[in-house]
Amino acid sequence: MATSAASRRWRTAGRYALLVAVAVVVLFPIWVMLVGAFKPGNKVLQDPLLPTSVTLDTLRDAWRDGKLGRALVNSTIVALIVTVAQVVTSVLSAYAFAFLRFPGRTLLFALFLATLLVPFEATVVVNRETVQDLGWLNSFQGLAVPFLATAFGTFLVRQVFLTLPKDLREAARMDGLGHLGFLREVAVPLARPTLGALALFGFLASWNQYLWPTVISTDDDWNTVQSGLRTLSQAQIDRPNLVIAGTVIVALPIFVVLLVFQRQLVRGLTAGAVKG
Amino acid sequence: MAYCADVADVRLTSLTKSFDGVTAVDDVSLHIADHDFMILLGPSGCGKSTLLRMIAGLEDPTAGDVEIGGTRVNDVEPKQRDVAMVFQSYALYPHKTVQANIEFPLKVRGVAKPERAEQARAAAATLGLTEYLGRKPGQLSGGQRQRVALARAIVRRPAVFCMDEPLSNLDAKLRGETRAELVALHARLASTFVYVTHDQVEAMTMGSHVAVMNRGRIEQVGTPQEVYARPASVFVAQFIGTPPMNVLPAGVVEVGPWLVGIRPEHVTVDRSPAAPTEGSSSVEPSDTAATVTLVEHLGHETLVHARVDSGLGQEVPVVVARLDARDPAPAMGERVTLRFPAEHLHRFHADTGRRVDERAAEVGA
Repeated sequence: MATSAASRRWRTAGRYALLVAVAVVVLFPIWVMLVGAFKPGNKVLQDPLLPTSVTLDTLRDAWRDGKLGRALVNSTIVALIVTVAQVVTSVLSAYAFAFLRFPGRTLLFALFLATLLVPFEATVVVNRETVQDLGWLNSFQGLAVPFLATAFGTFLVRQVFLTLPKDLREAARMDGLGHLGFLREVAVPLARPTLGALALFGFLASWNQYLWPTVISTDDDWNTVQSGLRTLSQAQIDRPNLVIAGTVIVALPIFVVLLVFQRQLVRGLTAGAVKG
Repeated sequence: MAYCADVADVRLTSLTKSFDGVTAVDDVSLHIADHDFMILLGPSGCGKSTLLRMIAGLEDPTAGDVEIGGTRVNDVEPKQRDVAMVFQSYALYPHKTVQANIEFPLKVRGVAKPERAEQARAAAATLGLTEYLGRKPGQLSGGQRQRVALARAIVRRPAVFCMDEPLSNLDAKLRGETRAELVALHARLASTFVYVTHDQVEAMTMGSHVAVMNRGRIEQVGTPQEVYARPASVFVAQFIGTPPMNVLPAGVVEVGPWLVGIRPEHVTVDRSPAAPTEGSSSVEPSDTAATVTLVEHLGHETLVHARVDSGLGQEVPVVVARLDARDPAPAMGERVTLRFPAEHLHRFHADTGRRVDERAAEVGA
């Protein structure tokens, strides 16, 4: 008994040690970022890990020089358009693949999935030309339209829809619901945790877009947050912590989004764990 | 309180359903009268659920007609058929409260909120669910969920209720209670019930009529008593009754070309061995020597399994006899005489398995 109690204590201690190590690895860059952002430019290379002096000047300069206010507005609008559109298109296409019978369904779904194998970088030049031909450089539609639908979202939501019992669809038919009614009243509410997670991922992915905004915005007014940071780093080579401060500013909204939707995300991960 | 606005009969004419060349329901014709409690009874895969789903409109017939209240409804959507369905899995909406679940069919039909809330409460009261109206299905027991599914069906006041094995997920005690509740509900609603089950106890205790199905066809339709007392085929004879009817090969019990059936409760076990030896004609033809192979004491009754000393050069049949628990039971290995009273014998054609008409049997024997 004594031996097993002791070994259990050691195991617990080991587990905590591992968790602490992982936490340090995860938090270290965030700590460096925060310390750098609040330091005056001339102190940033002295004691980079310790907040020896604190100022808001660096943050203010980053905001001004990187036109981050405009970039935040642009990114927010684009991310919201992309998120809503991805959820809507994923739900509609997933419904068709999960519940409707039509010729070529399996083939079409395979084609859908195959698009996941093509990296965005492979199509970026063609997409840039298309957007230019449409006259959409430096515009919200140019930033958002290529991301309005995602095969990943269709796949994810289809999998959830496939887990809905067939009886539920038939009960809804008996109750008088058509396809859209079933989608609205039953399928979407039951898939809500997954849709929340999908929305969150869509928002984050859009927010973190770098390559696409860089190639289609030629005007700084159409920078998103990531291309705004690039502008900042190119303009102020002599002040390395301006970019660090800019990073803190553009990370803040994501931090808030995660805080607000944390419960939704966790619920999404544990959905179905309890029989109900 | 009667929920049912109209009542309607259901008429199936030469109904057939095939799935990818496999025939699930094969040329079935059946009339279910107004107010009837019709049980579709049969083993798994016999087509009973498919038949029910065609009545409900969830499957399209390959051939034949479905009529409800005299109107052909083959091409009518389920929601317009005036039919409600109770599923084996209950199929409640897990994200809605009990109240919202019960109201839902009315909501879809555009009934105003106060009115549908009132009707949902009334339906819930009928089934003793009032205190659970605010709960979600996940917070209810199996029996309560089942009652919610029933309430959702009755709130619409449909002409026909279709039920697909609604009790099979309940434990034995609850199943017994719910059987009685369903019979009471049927009497109160005065509407037509079509009820699918593989459980012969449900069929015998609940139905006003039973349609016994096998391999996509109806073997027999009748009251539970008729189906039990005069089975139309060997299949029905052996599907209904626990233990099933003994069906013995031709020549064991009496002279004649047919199979002979007898219910276990009609077999008499005489503990003195049959006196005559093989070939003797001094005993009744229904006296058969046998050896007891198994004795099952069930408390209220005793089942005796005995192997017949047929000497017919064919597979030796085992006969099951049901004795009153107060009667002395023979021991295993004991030699006994089995008696098969003539008035309790059923005769079936050896090739088709169909029942032989009594007069034909007399002429043939």
